[in-house]
Amino acid sequence: MNARVLAWTVILLIATALLVWRASTGLGMAKVYVEAEEVSFVEVTVPPPPGAAADETSKTLWLPADSTEVRRYATPAQRDAAISWTELQQVPPKAYFEAQAADPNQTAIVLSWPRTIGIWIAAIFTLSIFSFLYRDNPFYRVAEAVVVGVSAGYWMVVGFWDVIIPNLLGKLMPEFVKANFLPGLNATGVEWAYLVPLVFGIMLVWRLMPKGGWISLWPLAFIVGTTAGLRMVGYIEGDFLSQVSSSVIPVINPIEAPGGGTDVMATIWASLRNVLLLAGILACLTYFFFSVEHKGGVGKIARVGIWYLMITFGAAFGFTVMGRIALLAARLEFLFNDWLWLIDPTDQRGVANAAAMVIGGV
Amino acid sequence: MLKALQNLDRRWIFLLMGLAVGVPILVIGITGRTFPETPTPLAQSVFDAVNELDAGDKVLLSFDYDPASEGELAPMATAFVRHCAQRKLKMYFMALWPVGPRMVQQNIRRVIEQDYPDLVYGEDYVDLGFKAGNEAVIKVIVTDLRQYFTTDSKGTPVEEIPMMREVRSVQDMDLLVNVSAGYPGSKEWVLYASTPFGRSASNPEGFQTVAGCTGVQAPLMYPYIPKQLAGLLGAIKGAAEYEFLVNEWVREQRIAEALVAGGMAEAEAADLATTFAKSPGAAEEWTVSGAAASMSPEAKSDLIRVADAPIPGKYLEGQRRMGPQLVAHLLMVLLIIVGNVIFFMSRKRGGAR
Amino acid sequence: MRRTVPLWITAIAGVALVISAFLPATRGWGEDVATWFSILAAVAFVLGGGNLLKVHLRKISDRQSGWGYSSIVLACFFATLWVGLFKVGVHPNPKYPDVAYSGQTQGIGSPFWWLYEYAFKPLTSTMFAMLAFYVASAAFRAFRAKNVEAVLLLGTAFIILLGRTFAGVVLTGWIPADGAFAGLRLENLSVYVMQVFNTAGNRAIIIGIALGIASTSLKILLGIDRSYLGSGD
Repeated sequence: MNARVLAWTVILLIATALLVWRASTGLGMAKVYVEAEEVSFVEVTVPPPPGAAADETSKTLWLPADSTEVRRYATPAQRDAAISWTELQQVPPKAYFEAQAADPNQTAIVLSWPRTIGIWIAAIFTLSIFSFLYRDNPFYRVAEAVVVGVSAGYWMVVGFWDVIIPNLLGKLMPEFVKANFLPGLNATGVEWAYLVPLVFGIMLVWRLMPKGGWISLWPLAFIVGTTAGLRMVGYIEGDFLSQVSSSVIPVINPIEAPGGGTDVMATIWASLRNVLLLAGILACLTYFFFSVEHKGGVGKIARVGIWYLMITFGAAFGFTVMGRIALLAARLEFLFNDWLWLIDPTDQRGVANAAAMVIGGV
Repeated sequence: MLKALQNLDRRWIFLLMGLAVGVPILVIGITGRTFPETPTPLAQSVFDAVNELDAGDKVLLSFDYDPASEGELAPMATAFVRHCAQRKLKMYFMALWPVGPRMVQQNIRRVIEQDYPDLVYGEDYVDLGFKAGNEAVIKVIVTDLRQYFTTDSKGTPVEEIPMMREVRSVQDMDLLVNVSAGYPGSKEWVLYASTPFGRSASNPEGFQTVAGCTGVQAPLMYPYIPKQLAGLLGAIKGAAEYEFLVNEWVREQRIAEALVAGGMAEAEAADLATTFAKSPGAAEEWTVSGAAASMSPEAKSDLIRVADAPIPGKYLEGQRRMGPQLVAHLLMVLLIIVGNVIFFMSRKRGGAR
Repeated sequence: MRRTVPLWITAIAGVALVISAFLPATRGWGEDVATWFSILAAVAFVLGGGNLLKVHLRKISDRQSGWGYSSIVLACFFATLWVGLFKVGVHPNPKYPDVAYSGQTQGIGSPFWWLYEYAFKPLTSTMFAMLAFYVASAAFRAFRAKNVEAVLLLGTAFIILLGRTFAGVVLTGWIPADGAFAGLRLENLSVYVMQVFNTAGNRAIIIGIALGIASTSLKILLGIDRSYLGSGD
């Protein structure tokens, strides 16, 4: 066994031992608790309320089994036909600890195995992705494969249920969609114009076929045309005209002093700010204007423009670094808080300090 | 030494970065202390834009981000929801990203259901869900919201949702709040909603737009301020500043409510609350010798409880993350300086030879 | 025909949107085109999934290197589709409990939710969190103050990195907050840099890009730029 393999084996053994120790001391780690609630619904016919208009009729609707209307108006047959299921609400672990302390035999709040296993799987995936920092390895490749598969499937499902069903099939087959998927849909009639996106949609998916790839050009052309049309107007109005309008600022910007009159120093600073802003915009635009050679006076102004752009890029770098670090902080928080239970910033476990969480005792 | 640093394996730098972020998280998690925040003008503008609305005003909140940016944007989104809920604004949630609805659900669960259980779904807040189409969605809903949103995310038709009855388009909103991670996001909302239909000199009654963006996007949004964008929260710092403002304001509101419940007039309670909120630790003093001394004992203990109540950890996420930010930023500066020192020293040695 | 019809489709779709922005009476055309676009955007997700299937199936059938990982991709893809499309474990809408598929797709507690919460979310967020490490490594290896422009870039980066954290407050806390030099305090300086220099640079970039987009869009709508049609098969 060579030195590297030995070193990794030792590291893994130590890490496993630490995890086992963590899981078996104090309050444990990575546990998710849920509270079960049985909900039941009954279809009941509710008469119009007293004093209602003469043309108001009874309504048949589904209501919670413990509601007043069900207690008053539901028939035994309707009650027998009630539909029920169990809703699981995630509760903080401290709710479980308190419930157990009050009654060790309570079954209202229980450990949720799917969600607890989920936390472990999430942690393993997180560490697998981080392992790429050392070097490419099968754990990372598996995690990468999972994210590619799940995200592609996720987007397809969301696109189907949130857009295609209500906005396409709901317009072309409203009665069918209302009966099976969206009972609340206002099925006013078929909107035949939606055959156009249906046909385009089928043509777009045709791209996957081995032959006839040109068919997908029609919907692609529609997508390109729509995007071009949207952007031409949007960018001219929002990015060109509005930005030019915002750049028309006074070179001398008088600031009033609190007691009346002009605050000279504040005016100088405010005017300088406007001058710098205006000069910067013009200098950068000069730099972007490549139809004139950047020599002489134009060259000097373009140089100033480059300096402004360098400051802009430096600011962009600073902000980008800020952004990336926050994402890393969030992941490490997940590992330390949700998985290892070493810290408890949002008071999920109800202990005053981390030591108690690790060693035990509330 | 120089050669070793020149050829330094980048995995050592990765380790340094990991420690620079991980250790402060543990320290802050154990001690519970965060750095003080001084809000900048932009964060204050965002706060003022939400605060100038009256109870019952309509706010469209579009959460256009995914888990990849949740670390930066979730604290902002939570603070927005808390601010709107405390202000009793009507919240209309939607998303232009497929996983945006998850972010909406998370904030509804964390903030509204846990801390504002009196708010009623359909009357005080509604989740309209996701629609594909990027800027095309914005283009349509600024003039006709129901063309796209025929039902909410649960399948209830919008005609049956009380708070949707008076809403035909985004122009019926009083404020547009966007939390965005890229495309489609704040830029598209500014271009297709805020610029043509938002508040301007020719449309003084129009809706204002405020945005919270990632660090990558934030510098690109500055040119839109203030005419097209009333305020901007940039990256986790913006989130921390806004969180701080909202937390302070909520504490002030709760102190004012406790004073009114204790029999004080609303206007006087509001003024006093502003003073009390600046030094919440002195709550006991107010009830003994201060302006609240004449309240009943129950009202006094309520006031002390409200003033001393610790801010829930979920509303301090942004401020907590500023700790690792600080250490990691110092590391970045150090790395750049050391990298340049090595470069110039090796160039000098190479030149001397 | 194969290339002419798409050109006309592009032109009609784009021009309908442009005209609808100017003539209120034609606003409905623009809304219809945009609504159809939204539906096609959702179909594009289906296309993306289908393409994934095609690529990975080919990899598996050809036993190319890494085909084992491709089978994991497809297994996860089908598992997500199964639990998502058939709303497995999703409770119906409480108002219509007799309609099995009336529940919220992204409802909490279902297997589809589980896949999001414990697979999709940790994986995507960790992938992006990795960038923090690469930014640090790049900063050490690549950022060299070789000339004036580089010094400006790095200097600004330092101002922002320090000014946007408590370090800035500490480093320049000795400068009086109300004095004439208060603007040199790092936190104020970083705000000033963003509001003046960054705004100027980005505004110029935005104006330039807007003109570029306007000209490209016009070329596409007029059929001058046909690159999106491909090489003409």
